[in-house]
Amino acid sequence: MSETTQTMDAVITEPLWRIRLRLMWKGFKKNWALFAENKIGIVGIVIIVLFALMIPAHPILMATVWDPRIYDPVIGYDEILVEKEVVEEVTDPSTQIQVSIAKLDYYHLDPELGDTITIAEQPAPPSRQHLLGTDPLGRDVFSQLMYSTFSEFVLGILAALVTVFIATTVGAVAAYYGGFLDTFFMRVADLIIILPLIPIMILLGAMIDLQLWHLAIIIGILVGFGGTTLVLKSQALTVKVKPFIEAARVAGGSNWHIIFTHLIPNLMPLAFLYMMFTVTTAIFLEAVLSFFGLMDVNMSWGLMINVAQSQGYLLSGTRYWWLLIPAGAAITLLCTAFYLVGRALDEVINPRLRQR
Amino acid sequence: MGRYLVSRLLQIIFLLLIFQTLLFFLLEAMPGGIENQFIGNPDIPPEAKQIIIERLGLDKPVGERYLSYLGNFLRGDLGVSYVQYPKPVMDIIVERAPRTIVLFATATIVSFWTGFVLGKQLAWRRGGLFEYTVTMGGAFLYTVFTPWFGLIMIWIFSFKLGLFPVAGFLTPQKWTGAPFSSNRVFGLLILTIVVFCILLAALYFFTRKLAPWKREVRLAGVVLLLGATVALWAASPYGPYGWDIVHHMILPVITVTLVAFAGTMLLTRNSMLETLREDYILTARAKGLSEKVVRDKHAARNAMLPVVTSLVLGLAGILSGGIITETIFSWPGMGLTLLQAALTEDIPLTVGAFTFVAVIALFAHLVVDIMYVYLDPRMRVQG
Repeated sequence: MSETTQTMDAVITEPLWRIRLRLMWKGFKKNWALFAENKIGIVGIVIIVLFALMIPAHPILMATVWDPRIYDPVIGYDEILVEKEVVEEVTDPSTQIQVSIAKLDYYHLDPELGDTITIAEQPAPPSRQHLLGTDPLGRDVFSQLMYSTFSEFVLGILAALVTVFIATTVGAVAAYYGGFLDTFFMRVADLIIILPLIPIMILLGAMIDLQLWHLAIIIGILVGFGGTTLVLKSQALTVKVKPFIEAARVAGGSNWHIIFTHLIPNLMPLAFLYMMFTVTTAIFLEAVLSFFGLMDVNMSWGLMINVAQSQGYLLSGTRYWWLLIPAGAAITLLCTAFYLVGRALDEVINPRLRQR
Repeated sequence: MGRYLVSRLLQIIFLLLIFQTLLFFLLEAMPGGIENQFIGNPDIPPEAKQIIIERLGLDKPVGERYLSYLGNFLRGDLGVSYVQYPKPVMDIIVERAPRTIVLFATATIVSFWTGFVLGKQLAWRRGGLFEYTVTMGGAFLYTVFTPWFGLIMIWIFSFKLGLFPVAGFLTPQKWTGAPFSSNRVFGLLILTIVVFCILLAALYFFTRKLAPWKREVRLAGVVLLLGATVALWAASPYGPYGWDIVHHMILPVITVTLVAFAGTMLLTRNSMLETLREDYILTARAKGLSEKVVRDKHAARNAMLPVVTSLVLGLAGILSGGIITETIFSWPGMGLTLLQAALTEDIPLTVGAFTFVAVIALFAHLVVDIMYVYLDPRMRVQG
């Protein structure tokens, strides 16, 4: 008996954590190879990294190159003076202004036809100082875009973590114990799945001042108890009947021990996949609610479009493109990127979808 | 089947009651309380405040109020709108619901069909340029920022090309002196959609066994049905008015479809890929059946089951997309009503509109369940 222990010691010389780390690294490399096979996943990763780079870039720029009085995303203002010719009929809006508008009290001027006046124009088109122009209130669009990235990531990741925490726990517990718990949580999930998220959020928006972390937690709870639980529970059911669960029980493992050290780790790959989809949902919902004006935030991509709308620039088409295109494209790109990573992970985790 | 239907209906009513309970306690937990909206004004004398509190029943205990709330809900009394005082919420819903139902039903059918057909093709042509373009395009549209996308659609098709109206659900000038309300026309449109779908299903059902000529007979039948529908509408006095509404509806439906079809498409693709590995597909190929028959009869039919299940998930998405689309296109349905009520803090109307959306979602779920029973023979044996 003592002999065998000695030989065991002789074989495993390096510490356990190094073995675990090596195994994890090996698994990671194998999965990364599978993931990299699929081009759409790589596209998604590249987009996410590009956006993530904006998070540290904004405070650095504000501290060094950008004057906070001009470039602050919320309270900055840049007076861009433009010379305009006062005419009867405007043919070129960038150099001419209609006489009736120029005579408005707002400008404190009293020009005649043919005069050239100097006025502050907002929104100003892209220039060297303002790479994406300014918004109707004279704030730098590019600065707003970069500033908002941080809160979008925080929102998305917080919502995803809450979702995964709830869904894995509930899914594993429901699958492991079955019976009443199982039925109860599954009916709750059914109810949540049926209901569209946006009306729920609109209803809540009418009742409380929604802040970002409220939104993240509400989305996390709704998505977590809803569809994600169903998926993770069915996965947990397939894990539950594996021999190692039986072995753990025979070795005297308690129910909680089995759930948390044997069942849940095996749900993690799938949970990670659903984190990606939750991030997409969260960012999308925040943008929609900000656009509707139901969120209590000082700056976000959705709010940028909301400002353009409330100031009446929505259907201006390509003339004021910098008010709509950057924010809309940012929301769309980041949502698409997380979604694409999710799709690619799906093919890594689900072998039946793999090519050949 | 009958028993199944009854039990499902009972479940829906039960769910609705739970749902109303949750709503009631959410309202109770709301900071400030509902009475402050009415009596927060310091100019109102205390006696008047007391009268308002008594009239609203706010002096009664929570349990009693909860019961009367449920009772009112079951009687169809959803209270009175604050902003459009003294219009009952139920009247507003009855007035606006048909517009949402028409938009929602059309968009669901069109987007589901488009997604299914494209997903089928996608799985079949695995790995080519076609797959990458459609998957990327689909993922882009699926996650696109819907309000922004709607604006782009309006800008291109209404503003630049002038093909469709910019906003609204009818042209008011054309309706002055119309002998009937727009809701009557909406009602007829709903009836047409339902009858058309039933006849189409009947056509497919009865032509199952006409082996050599099936395709031609079906094509002729569809053309005949479409022709008859259009002719019937054109001949009736509702014709021009119906067309006006349909004309306003085309762009919103296209928008919802483009935003929603990708979910069904990507799911059909995955489901098809899994089905294609089954032994019976190999058998079908070995029998020498044509690729098209293997794809449509053997693979797609079986791949459809999980897709229909997921339609339940999709329905919520389409409803959400429909609400955004309604606000962008100024389509005065329930979605726009919900948003406007929320923005003006008109709590009874918000709750009423939300309840309506929930009822639509629950009933759409029921319809999908019934469809599922017909699609899956195993369900028929059991149930």
